[in-house]
Amino acid sequence: MALLSLRNIYKEYDNEEIKVPVLFDIDLDVEEGEYLVIMGHSGSGKSTLMNIIGCLDEATSGEYILDGEDVSKKSDNELADIRNKTIGFVFQTFNLLPKETAQVNVALPLLYAGVPKQERMERAKEALEKMGLGDRMDFLPNQLSGGQKQRVAIARAIVTNPKILLADEPTGALDTASGMQIMDLFSKLNEEGITIIMITHEPDIAAYGKRMVVIQDGRLKSAEKPKKIEQTKETLDETEPTEDNQE
Amino acid sequence: MRSFLTMLGIIVGVAAVIAVVSTITGTNEQIKNNLIGDGTNTVTIQLYRNGWPADFSYSDVPEGIPELNEKVRKDILDMDHVVNVSLIHMHTYVDSLYYHGHQLSGGQVFGIDENYFETAGYHVVLGRGFSTADFKDQRKIAIIDDTLKNSVFGGENPLGKSIDIVGEPFVVVGVVNKKSEFEPVINTVEDYYMYNDYSSGVLYIPDSMWPLVFRYDEPKQVIVKADSTDTMTEVGNQCKEILNATLTSTDQTIKYESTDLAESASQLQQLSSSANILLIGIASISLLVGGIGVMNIMLVSVTERTREIGIKKALGARKNRILRQFLMEAVILSGIGGILGVVTGIVLSKIISLVALIPTAINPYAIIIAVLFSMVIGVVFGMVPSIKASKLNPIEALRYE
Repeated sequence: MALLSLRNIYKEYDNEEIKVPVLFDIDLDVEEGEYLVIMGHSGSGKSTLMNIIGCLDEATSGEYILDGEDVSKKSDNELADIRNKTIGFVFQTFNLLPKETAQVNVALPLLYAGVPKQERMERAKEALEKMGLGDRMDFLPNQLSGGQKQRVAIARAIVTNPKILLADEPTGALDTASGMQIMDLFSKLNEEGITIIMITHEPDIAAYGKRMVVIQDGRLKSAEKPKKIEQTKETLDETEPTEDNQE
Repeated sequence: MRSFLTMLGIIVGVAAVIAVVSTITGTNEQIKNNLIGDGTNTVTIQLYRNGWPADFSYSDVPEGIPELNEKVRKDILDMDHVVNVSLIHMHTYVDSLYYHGHQLSGGQVFGIDENYFETAGYHVVLGRGFSTADFKDQRKIAIIDDTLKNSVFGGENPLGKSIDIVGEPFVVVGVVNKKSEFEPVINTVEDYYMYNDYSSGVLYIPDSMWPLVFRYDEPKQVIVKADSTDTMTEVGNQCKEILNATLTSTDQTIKYESTDLAESASQLQQLSSSANILLIGIASISLLVGGIGVMNIMLVSVTERTREIGIKKALGARKNRILRQFLMEAVILSGIGGILGVVTGIVLSKIISLVALIPTAINPYAIIIAVLFSMVIGVVFGMVPSIKASKLNPIEALRYE
């Protein structure tokens, strides 16, 4: 069974009196250990899809099974627990708490998971060390570079050992070198077994994924994965045109 | 800085409440201790006729008023809360007091028993008191109080001098003074003080000598010392009943009454309290305004921290956790405001007592209630912003710039 599976997802927003449909007939299965890239232009609905997958938003209709559980039937508190334990978020703008140190930022999800303080700090330290930031633990976010901030954010995303790492334009605010560094970390994490779902509109970033779907005007299409620009060993036939919705 | 300005409303409110309550408490304490108890907790019970203290100085005493004897004194002494009892004769505005041919106008003469000075709280400051032998041997001796000493003798030594009462010379053997002095500062109390004050001075003679100068069968007054200020009224009433039971007079208007100082004083206390309740009301309004200030700043804070709330929600913080966080902040904010307000209030009440010469006493209950109340304000006025924070949609909160 797939780790997550979306069936007939439809989403519309109520903008005052006008209903704005955003997503249509989304069918998507993601297996454990996958590295899926969702590509799309701005306004294509990719962020909305991401929010639904991340349990931050609920679909207007359709079915979403995550890790064997029907998300649409969950209460707010249960959704909060799912976000806490099953999903790790990485945002384009990092979303670190500006007044807290890197270590405290990373330890935050563990607080909501009810982990005792000493263990929280210890696990946050380990996660930061894994991101190569062992010497930046007491730094505030504004004392860190963009790439470092994003690595703190990744440490925060993986500190709870979630099954899924959900990344929304993780390199969007970074220079190319930092972006590459982040992508290498993602690949490493994926090799360790974590499922990654990443949204991007940059083809050279999308090239790091193992499978790619494109979202256009609220509908999913399977697509060939772009080649990595500086890497040639990747092959094109990794993408499997399986569950993608055809118009 | 912004938090301090927010707290300012609470600080001012709490400070005002504390200052007002301290002033009330101080005034009441002063009335209670200095006026009612006079520091000695004594109650005076005397005979009344037609609602006025009966004066038989110049007329015959009617039938049915037996002389108060040692047995009655014993009965009263055996009552609960009674420390000491004294039976005395008393004349005010005696115009037959002479010293060296000078009339001492408005002086008072007390015919006292052995218990009087102790019961009423006087102590000998010069010479000696009365001994048992003085009463037995019918010695024509007198003790004067400090006021009389000053007005008649000035700096002169009064001991050994003789004062004529109705033509009989009494030799001064001692000077007494009240154990506790009190200076009233409340305007409304001053009239009362004037009434109660024996400002023209008192001359004490042994009661056994009373018939020599005045009528032997004049009714006595009973001075009872209660064990505390709070039991004075009760003691006075019980004592009154015992004394009234001795009366057999056909004149129903003749009865013993206790000078109910506690009653008069509680009226005075109410007078000062009711004026101050208005002040407390005004101070409470400022607490309310302070609470609205807390709500306002919390609402601003929630808006400013929308993104932070969004992050926390995305990371799995439940609604209640967000709610608690903001509620705690509101409570701490107003709690600190309350504590600072208490400090300010104490300082303020000290300043009031120094500048306005109004006595103040810090009321510990007022402090506890004020701090708790300001925290309650934090909860009440922090509730709306906290609920708003907890209900924020995480996506919109994350998108918020």
